[in-house]
Amino acid sequence: MSTRGMFCLAAMAVLLVITGLGQSWVVALSILNLCLISSIMALGLNMQWGYAGLFNVGVMGFAALGGIAATLVSVAPVDAAWDIAGTDLAWTGITVFFTVLAVILVRRLMDPGRWRMAATTVVLLVGWGVLNRFFDPAVEAIESVDPARTGFLGGLDLPVLLGWPAGGLAAAAAAWLIARVALGLRADYLAIATLGIAEMVIAVIKNEDWLTRGVRNVTGLDRPVPYEIGLQQSSRFQELAASLGIDIQTASTIAVKLCYAGLFTAVLAGLLVLAEKALHSPWGRMMRAIRDNETSAAAMGKDIKARHLEIFVLGAAVIGVAGAMLTTLEGQFTPGSYQPLRFTFLIWVMVIIGGSGNNWGAVLGGFLVWFVWIEAEPAGLWLAGHLLAIAGEGSTVAGYILDGAPYMRVLVMGLILLLVLRFAPGGLLPAQPRRPA
Amino acid sequence: MDDLLNAGALFANFVLVPGISYGSQLALCALGLTIIFGILRFANFAHGDVMAFGTMATIFATWLFQDLGLTIRPLPTALIAMPAGIAAAIGICLATDRCVYRFHRRKRSPAIMFVIASFGVMLVMNGLVRMVIGTKDRSFDDGARFILKVREFRDATGLQEGLAIKVSQGLTVAVTCIAGTLLFWFLQHARTGKAMRAWSDNEDLALLSGVSPERVVMVAWLISATLATVAGTLYGLDKSFKPYTYFHLLLPTFAAAIVGGIGHPLGAVIGGYVVAFSEIALTYAYRKFLIYLGPEGWQPEGLVQVLATEYKFAVSFIILIVVLLIRPTGIFRGKVI
Repeated sequence: MSTRGMFCLAAMAVLLVITGLGQSWVVALSILNLCLISSIMALGLNMQWGYAGLFNVGVMGFAALGGIAATLVSVAPVDAAWDIAGTDLAWTGITVFFTVLAVILVRRLMDPGRWRMAATTVVLLVGWGVLNRFFDPAVEAIESVDPARTGFLGGLDLPVLLGWPAGGLAAAAAAWLIARVALGLRADYLAIATLGIAEMVIAVIKNEDWLTRGVRNVTGLDRPVPYEIGLQQSSRFQELAASLGIDIQTASTIAVKLCYAGLFTAVLAGLLVLAEKALHSPWGRMMRAIRDNETSAAAMGKDIKARHLEIFVLGAAVIGVAGAMLTTLEGQFTPGSYQPLRFTFLIWVMVIIGGSGNNWGAVLGGFLVWFVWIEAEPAGLWLAGHLLAIAGEGSTVAGYILDGAPYMRVLVMGLILLLVLRFAPGGLLPAQPRRPA
Repeated sequence: MDDLLNAGALFANFVLVPGISYGSQLALCALGLTIIFGILRFANFAHGDVMAFGTMATIFATWLFQDLGLTIRPLPTALIAMPAGIAAAIGICLATDRCVYRFHRRKRSPAIMFVIASFGVMLVMNGLVRMVIGTKDRSFDDGARFILKVREFRDATGLQEGLAIKVSQGLTVAVTCIAGTLLFWFLQHARTGKAMRAWSDNEDLALLSGVSPERVVMVAWLISATLATVAGTLYGLDKSFKPYTYFHLLLPTFAAAIVGGIGHPLGAVIGGYVVAFSEIALTYAYRKFLIYLGPEGWQPEGLVQVLATEYKFAVSFIILIVVLLIRPTGIFRGKVI
């Protein structure tokens, strides 16, 4: 890392400390936790965009897939639902398997052309018909099981930490599918296709209640860290809080947030080490060579499409892990909270501002942009308050200003992005080619 | 015979009429997108927010006209307010082009930088619209609501099923026809239109023939902003105005442009109708329709709906994927892939 990077990261730390002293340590720590998660997402996107120049506008979808995977790994199974719908579900699974098998066979055995297309369509339609025969009653049965509390299949009841790699796997699988279709076309098409898959993922998660409980949310997820209430009851913790002179409630909140911060930092550090190693390995050099000039890289015998597929899946997996971590931190899965602005475009701003192609830049961008995103709201309200004093309390203008204040930050983010693109296209920490010693 | 007519009326009421009006709106959106793609050669992610911005300006002008008592009953006031909205949208498009895109054009940045810049523009406009008009649903249609009411149709034909045509739907089709005709006439016959087509075909050759790049780009923004505002206003009249929905129109718009062949105006129109009709036809529940058509006393099981209504946007996505898989150039062989 360059001295500039050191300086920027140190400045970031100072900003967080100021928040801690000025507002409160609880606020500072919650910002820190989300900064860590954002950095991981930015790291994932940076792999796709910064290393390989692949244009992913579906960050939201991959993050949501990670979140749902973590949820399904950790919640307890709903036995009643499995009991009444198990057979139908099994038949559904078998139908899907055989349909896919039939499609593969058709595509292997027949020559490409109109007939193959027709045969594929027929097989798919038949499969769809049979599928609905079993699937619809199963869904109805599952959703009728105690809808106020469950109404879905539940999960695997495993430790939530296992959900993190599972989240990565789920996102990677989706990325592989979309990459098979859209890689190799022109770059904007990948952007549009990923925008589509993100919307699709959210639509499925919101509406397939039997699997995800939909917009009724899954709450009360397991935690990898102790509960506040448990800490407050333990005598050793009470002594510790007393000796530090903090009241027990604040102390327990801070302790829990610190535990999360520790876990997230560990993941971020691990990924960062791996990413740095990869970027400076022959593999990373090959990726950059492909990014900078596909034709000459292909002439050198590099398989462009395979390498692109590889890096796209890897990046999506990292984003998926971050999504799983986010769900774990929140302790609930709320499909309604996935907005493209917050999950896709904000992450893009992070990568561009931080410095595309540079891992440290992505991390710094994640921290800085998230910090500004959160702190812009109180700042906007503070500004609005002063404007109110001028405009007069209770006037129509005052109402407008107060309503508009939260959206100020979207505008500011856009402006920052445009300014960086124009005046510092390399970002805060531009990627520097490493010269041989 | 009656059953057949009833089924027809039902289908027209719930699929045909909404499909034509939604398709016209999408066609206008996709035209605006495809013009920018043809001339500036990038996918403009800010298009949805240009629509929202233009519509917002139209709404303000509508309110102003309503206060002044300037209405054109039975037509909605928004129709005479539209020029103000168009002017505002053109203003902001030209301003962003001057401040943002021109720099990258001069630098000959790769297309992808334009797309990222359009993200920035999108965020700015997104924040601006929400700050100015808020996120709430606004409905701004006034004047008569229906051209043909359900009751009138039933009385006139004696059928059980009704058919309603909203003023906004009739207006949409009329305005789309006019706008489309004007645009195609312009592209085929006007000097600037020909220059634009030449530019879209081959930049260097057009330059050599004396086409002024800045002028072509400016006209492209003019057209795109106008079409976006018209489409946005018609959509808002038909449903209601909400900044969020306009952002989400981006996906069907892209799908429409790509299905038709991106950069190809006629393709965009066809693509708009293809996407709209697939969206509506695939999420419509055919139960009642089939009851009319089937033998006496027969009832289909369930709703006979291919996809739940919530998956409306998924349809655009599926179309997009199918087109990318089978014919990435679109119906009308669009720009180079």
